[in-house]
Amino acid sequence: MELALSPEDAAFRDEVRAFIAENYPQEMRVPNPETDLTKEQSLLWHRVLYKKGWIAPLWPKEYGGPGWSITKRFIFERETSRAGTLPPLAFSVTMVGPVIYTFGNQAQKQRFLPRILSGEDWWCQGYSEPGSGSDLATVRTTAVREGDEYVVNGHKTWTTLAQHADWIFCLVRTDPSAKPQSGISFLLIDMKSPGVTVRPIITIDGSHEVNDVFLENVRVPVENLIGEENKGWTYAKFLLGNERTSMAGIGRSTRYLDRLKKIVKVEVAADDPVHLEFRKEIARIELDVLALEATELRVVAQMARGIDPGPAASLFKIRGTEIFQNITELTHRAIGSYGLALREHPVSSNHFMPGPEYGHTASEKYLNSRKLSIYGGSNEIQHNIIAKAVLGL
Amino acid sequence: MDIQFTEEQELLRSTVQRLLRDQYDFHSRRKIVTSDEGWSPKQWEAFAELGLLAAPFAEQSGGLGGGPLATMIVMREFGRHLVVEPFVETIVLAGGLIESEGSTAQKQEFLPGIVSGKSIWALAWTEKNSRFDLGSVTTTARREGGAYLLDGEKAAVIAAPWADYLIVSARISGKQQDRSGVSLFIVDRRATDLHLRGFKTIDGRRAAEVTLRDVRGQLLGTEGGGVPALETCRDRAIAALCAEAVGVMDELNSVTLEYTKTRKQFGVALSTFQVLQHRMVDMFIAHQEALSLMQHLNLSLSNDEGGIARLASGAKAKIGYAGKFVADQAVQLHGGMGMSDELNVGHYFKRMSSINIQFGDPAYHVLRYAQLDTAA
Repeated sequence: MELALSPEDAAFRDEVRAFIAENYPQEMRVPNPETDLTKEQSLLWHRVLYKKGWIAPLWPKEYGGPGWSITKRFIFERETSRAGTLPPLAFSVTMVGPVIYTFGNQAQKQRFLPRILSGEDWWCQGYSEPGSGSDLATVRTTAVREGDEYVVNGHKTWTTLAQHADWIFCLVRTDPSAKPQSGISFLLIDMKSPGVTVRPIITIDGSHEVNDVFLENVRVPVENLIGEENKGWTYAKFLLGNERTSMAGIGRSTRYLDRLKKIVKVEVAADDPVHLEFRKEIARIELDVLALEATELRVVAQMARGIDPGPAASLFKIRGTEIFQNITELTHRAIGSYGLALREHPVSSNHFMPGPEYGHTASEKYLNSRKLSIYGGSNEIQHNIIAKAVLGL
Repeated sequence: MDIQFTEEQELLRSTVQRLLRDQYDFHSRRKIVTSDEGWSPKQWEAFAELGLLAAPFAEQSGGLGGGPLATMIVMREFGRHLVVEPFVETIVLAGGLIESEGSTAQKQEFLPGIVSGKSIWALAWTEKNSRFDLGSVTTTARREGGAYLLDGEKAAVIAAPWADYLIVSARISGKQQDRSGVSLFIVDRRATDLHLRGFKTIDGRRAAEVTLRDVRGQLLGTEGGGVPALETCRDRAIAALCAEAVGVMDELNSVTLEYTKTRKQFGVALSTFQVLQHRMVDMFIAHQEALSLMQHLNLSLSNDEGGIARLASGAKAKIGYAGKFVADQAVQLHGGMGMSDELNVGHYFKRMSSINIQFGDPAYHVLRYAQLDTAA
């Protein structure tokens, strides 16, 4: 499906396509870019985009954004996702950046924003805790003011790529006596501070993406507080809204679906009793993608005309993640018995993986993508959001 | 892509909305459906007067040039009100076929009657064993002098009891499923030796089993070109039915939400139960996706883009499944009331069920969509 583009937007699309083709680092084309790259490798594309001035499509021009229209932002997102480029670190550019330029003071903007853009600072997100998942307002990590410092104690978990991080943005409780939502502050913490410990959590796919982060008497200068003390919940909700903007994942789903079709063609013979089911399931998923893409285009067109998209982001999150989970599950089923094999973690000494190469990441992708319906506000939470906003319940 | 309506399209939409709001509420519809004839010639006249019947046709055909988007606008509103009058049969199917396949003389002879609401048409393509295969035809046509004589049986022809004319697919050569030997013929529905056995359909319409015994027919389009003509015509009909299905979902979702907010059980409104809230969110999402895909199909059709056959099948499947889900859940959430003939919900359910049969059910179309995938 194509957007009906103005000549200017069509030229922009061509420019983006050509730029990706010429500049996307070959080094980053590995079997599973989300797990197989070193920190340095995963920053290569970030740096290319930074030099081009395209690293932060969402940001206003004054802070280093490219000043694109909604349509151009959408085109960029679509082209990069279709081409399978690794998105720049979301926690830096998409999440904490907008919080800093929206709610931060002048000094914070000058200190942090340029380093986010350039990729010098790697950020991670200190939201979830062992006792606070979907119910974020119950965070128990405390920050107690002592002179010009906060003393922070607590335990953050599911912290994505904290092993690479220079900074962590945290929700901390600054007023234990207030109602859950009103005693929370938004604090920026240097990962090199004494008292910060990172412990890997290995997930069911065998990868190390997430971590526990322990904070023990970590001293944080008060100048690292964003906005006002005890107003953190407002900033956190603002950030979560950004997190969900582009979770339809049309480009990614389309790529994985094409791959699935090729695998099924080779693996599942026409006289296999399950052949028809694969055909039907694939067609149904393809139609799910088409309908979601048409919905996304409809919403983008409305936004370009100044119409509030409402909780469209929640709809995209729910359907986008369901679709991708279905694709990875079917791919895993398509490779038959080799679905038993799990590629070992890159640091392991044993790299033998049986079966055809196209199936090597099927198991880990299938397993890893179970997270999609849980993170970023679980799909049940998204249902609640739509129920409230659209149905008035 | 979102469709930003032109002034003319907005006008068409508000005209249909006003007319149906004033004259086609659920009570009035019930009267029409339970009348002897089962449809309302008076409503049809009103549709003609307001230009709805002329809206999709090209200007040189005596229409208003609105194309598929005009049909889309009308059908979505018809879906909201469960209009039973044969707009799809007369305007989209027969009118569309005459406009695309007819000779100049045929267009001059028949289109004015269609556009002005004077004649009702039906399309007789299904047979007892054809299921959804447009090329599976046993009814025969043989040439005699300047005319053709048709012989055979057609099954479940919607609107046939109301029609003045039928367009009948019949075989001039080949075996039952040969694509190439089928032609279309215009037949006078009141011809001698054309017999109807009428019946009521689940959605409040009338249909008939049609028997033709050497009935004179006038060739429409080229000899042997019946199947491709029917295929194109089916794509247009699917686009119209998809718009109608979205209208049905519009209404089902809003009445269900309303009902759960007012109906109390265990001392609270049903809408306070999270399991029902989430169900209704899924109904909302199904509706949004159906709407997007329906618009995409109609826009593609109106821009005359390639790949329409596959897209139409895809939309018919996806929207069919979505509509079935919404209709199932609407009845379920209404509890016992959903089963009552008195309430409108069950009637929307029945219309959705019959849309899912017309021109092929969702499973048929999802597999056809897979079949037409050049990449697979």
